[in-house]
Parts: sequence; structure tokens; C-alpha cells
Amino acid sequence: MSAITKLTMSETRLFFREPIGVFFTVLFPPVLLGILGAVPSFREPDKGLGGLRVIDLYIPIAIAMAVALFSLSGLPQLLATYREKGILRRLKVTPARPVTMLGAQLLMCTALSVVTMLLIVAVGRIAFNVALPDQIPAYLVAYLLSAVSMLAIGLLVASLAPTAKGAGAIGTLLFFPIIFFAGLWAPREVMPELLRKISDFTPLGAGVQSLQDAATGSWPQLLHIAVLLGWTVVAGGLAARYFRWE
Amino acid sequence: MAIIEVQNLVKRYGDHTAVNGISFAVEQGEIFGILGPNGAGKTTTVECVEGLRSPDGGTIRVAGLDPQRDSDELRQLLGAQLQESELPEKMKVREALELYSSFYRDPADWRELLATLNLTDKIDAQFRRLSGGQKQRLSIALALVGNPKVAVLDELTTGLDPQARRDTWDLIETIRDRGVTIVLVTHFMEEAERLCDRLAVVNAGELVALDSPAGLVARVDDRQRVRFRPSAPIDHAVLTALPEVMSVERAGSQLVVTGTGNLLLAVTTELARNQVVAADLRVEQTSLDDAFVALTGRTIDA
Repeated sequence: MSAITKLTMSETRLFFREPIGVFFTVLFPPVLLGILGAVPSFREPDKGLGGLRVIDLYIPIAIAMAVALFSLSGLPQLLATYREKGILRRLKVTPARPVTMLGAQLLMCTALSVVTMLLIVAVGRIAFNVALPDQIPAYLVAYLLSAVSMLAIGLLVASLAPTAKGAGAIGTLLFFPIIFFAGLWAPREVMPELLRKISDFTPLGAGVQSLQDAATGSWPQLLHIAVLLGWTVVAGGLAARYFRWE
Repeated sequence: MAIIEVQNLVKRYGDHTAVNGISFAVEQGEIFGILGPNGAGKTTTVECVEGLRSPDGGTIRVAGLDPQRDSDELRQLLGAQLQESELPEKMKVREALELYSSFYRDPADWRELLATLNLTDKIDAQFRRLSGGQKQRLSIALALVGNPKVAVLDELTTGLDPQARRDTWDLIETIRDRGVTIVLVTHFMEEAERLCDRLAVVNAGELVALDSPAGLVARVDDRQRVRFRPSAPIDHAVLTALPEVMSVERAGSQLVVTGTGNLLLAVTTELARNQVVAADLRVEQTSLDDAFVALTGRTIDA
């Protein structure tokens, strides 16, 4: 088995030894969806939302939240801790190289957040009768672009934060505006025009809209794809430039 | 045959020259010590050998490989135990060894390694539950799990209690007996004296001396003192007549004989011939500590 497979498995095993982390990153978004769906009026079609129900809108928002939790609270703090404790340094003197650890973390975060996404879609379908996405390939593309752009931002946080505590703090600080523009408190459909325009240019604003578009049968808009790719390239590039192994 | 060759190594950090033209060669199968006070450039030197830092000048070869250029190949044959390098808190000993051994082409049998390192009963313990000595031994195990030809151990016994330190020393000798060349970075005199075949004394980025521990001591001062209480009076002239003896002094009821060479044998033989028994016999030699002070002009802890 290759080093990256071994390391990914090892990191995943360690991830599941932290029950609080597992709850917040994997289970919390589907649970939140369940709570929102328990509100009767959220399950009624709303003319203001073009006949959609609030719960329909919250499927991509919950997915965005899961992605944000993995990439802003999980990844940067873990990598900064590994740097602080010399774990990355130790890998540097083995044939595995620390970049393998980076790859393993990204693989794990992506795989686990895919699981969370499937859970959210399943909860929506089974509990609240939310239709499955019309355009599944488009949905997956939108999902992957969102996840990759957010993981790139997470890596950038890990690169710039001086300590593990710092990484946690910066991650949390970024989490709220990003998730606000994704529509956690007010979905994009009910945002004032200006906020929605800003939201278009944030990674998860663009991500949520792309998921919603794919759910209703169209491919993501060019603007949103460009925004997601832009965040990936800029944050990923800066992370590659500034990441320190020790 | 030299397995590590370092020539005119220079490493600067900004304006500060951490290593300034150090050269040495490590022979296959020896325990080679790098001794010096904190900040002398010891760690920087071995980090260049390990390929963790790129030198600003000079050349390094490890088994013929350039640590910078042939980095991939180097990692297969050099194991390193780094200062302050931990593992994830909840990783188990077994998992760490399985994982790290999977990185190498031809790994060692890690179960046997654990037995050698006395960690077998900790195989299912998480890293955070290990004592300092156990963590250190695990760290040595990880440095050896790739079956390296060379193991670089940096400040191996810092923070260990005296018993754990002695156990670790025994262990290093066991590892050397397996044919591994060992480079030991230390600022403990006792450790250097006990373990190392040869020592490079480093101070302020420069190599001050390179010799066996006994050679270093002899270089500074090969005088010894034999101190004893004679059972019967003895004429000092009998002793001063010996070629090994430089002086004889009386200190209370004791005689202090200073000299060189095989002083102890010469003195005791002469005493026996005169039917004098030496009670409370002690030999005092210049210590490695003394030698270090003489070589570097400072004590190691300063």
C-alpha cells in the first residue's frame, strides 16, 4: 500500500478517536437540517421563494456548512498542531515526506465531507421529501469545486497561523462571514440585493448557488464557477507559497 | 571506510554564521559524538547531514549521497531522531510503527525492535499515555524502523531521569552492535565519554577538536594523581626516582603522587617492593569536563 493510502487511513482512524470533532464536523450539519425541518412552516411551499420550501434551500446550505467546518475548523488546526509538535518535521526525515501528510488530510476531509453531504441529501429526501438533485453530475461538480476552494482557504489559514491556537482562532473568525454569505441565517433567496451580490463572490455563496442550480436541473453559472476556481487558485497558491513545515 | 564525510560545512542564518567551516568523517560502525554547548551549531550540522537544511558552503556525503540532491535515496538509509518531535496524541505505539515502517523499501521487523527497546508491553498504548523515557524509546524505534545504515540521534537523553538515561545508553550500544553507524549529538559529558568512539567538539560553529574521549583528555593534560595512605613511612625519593613520577607531596596522612604514563602500576609495584601497603588508594585523572573547558574556554553548561 502506498504511503498516502496508509497515512490517510491512519489520519482517519485518529479523527474518529475525537468524538467531539466527529460530532461537529460530520453529524452536526445533518442534525441542524433535521431541527430546521421540524419547524412546520419551513416545510410549506413559499411564494416568495418561487414555490420552494425553506427546507429545500437549506440542503445546500447545510452542505456548505459541513464543508466549512472541515476546512476551517478541522484542517488548519490539525496541520498547525502537527507543525507545532514536530510531526511534519519527523515525516521530513522519512521517505514519506510531509507533503504526503497534506495530501492525506485533504483526501480525508474530502471523503468525510462527501459522507456528510450524502447524509444531508438522504435526510432531506427521507425525512422531508426534498427531491434528489436533477443534475447529479452538475451537483457533484458544484460540490467538488466548493470543497476544493474551501480546503485551499483552510490550507492558507494553516500556512499563515503561527500556532495551533492561532489557526483555530483565524478559522473560526473566517467561518462566520463565509457561512453567513452561504445563507445560514438568511438564504440567498431572501438576501437584499447588495448582500446577494457580495455573496456571489464568496466561496460558499457561489457554492450554495451552484448546488441549488444543479438541484433544480441547470448547470452552475459561469460566474460562480469562476469565483470558486478563483478562490482555489489564489488561496491554494498563497498556501503553497507560505506553508511552513516547521 | 567513511560513511559520512563533511567538508568545510558552512551554514548561515541571516547575519549569524551557525556553522563555520566544519569538517569531519564518520567511519562505518562507530558511535560518533558531536559535543558542544547549546547554540554551538551541533544541531545545524546534523540537520545539514540529514538533508533538512541546505548548506551555504562545503560538501556533505552520506554513503556517497548528497543529502540535498539524493534526498529520496538518503531517507531510505538514514534514520533520524529529532529534538522535540512528537506523534499525534491518540496514535498507538503499534500504529506508529506500522505506519512508519510502511514508508520504507526494506523495513526492520518492528516487533523485534519494540522488544529490543523494551516497549512490547506498551504496544497498544496511545502516545499521550507514554512516559518521557518511553516516548524517547519510541522515537528511537521510529528512527530505526527503516533499517538505516546511519542513525542520527539528537539530544537523545535530554529530559530523562538518570536510570532511563543509562538504559538508553545500553540500548545505543545494542544498536551499534547491529551494525548501525550512530551520530550522537549531545551536551552531556558523561554520555559522550561513555558511548562515543570519537568525539567532535564544536564551539561557536567551529570544530575545536576531534579525537577519542581519552585522546581529548590526553591532549589537554595527561597528568594523573595517585592518592593513598601508606601503611608505613616511605622515603619520597624512592618514588621520585621512578620515570613516571613527577612529584610527591604529603597531604595529612596521605601521599599524593603526580605523574604520567602508567603511573598507578609503577607506584604500586614500587610500594610492594618496599612492603608498603597503599590504603584508600584513588587515581585522579583529568576529566573530559576539564578537557572541554581547556579546549573551548568555557564550561558546557555556560
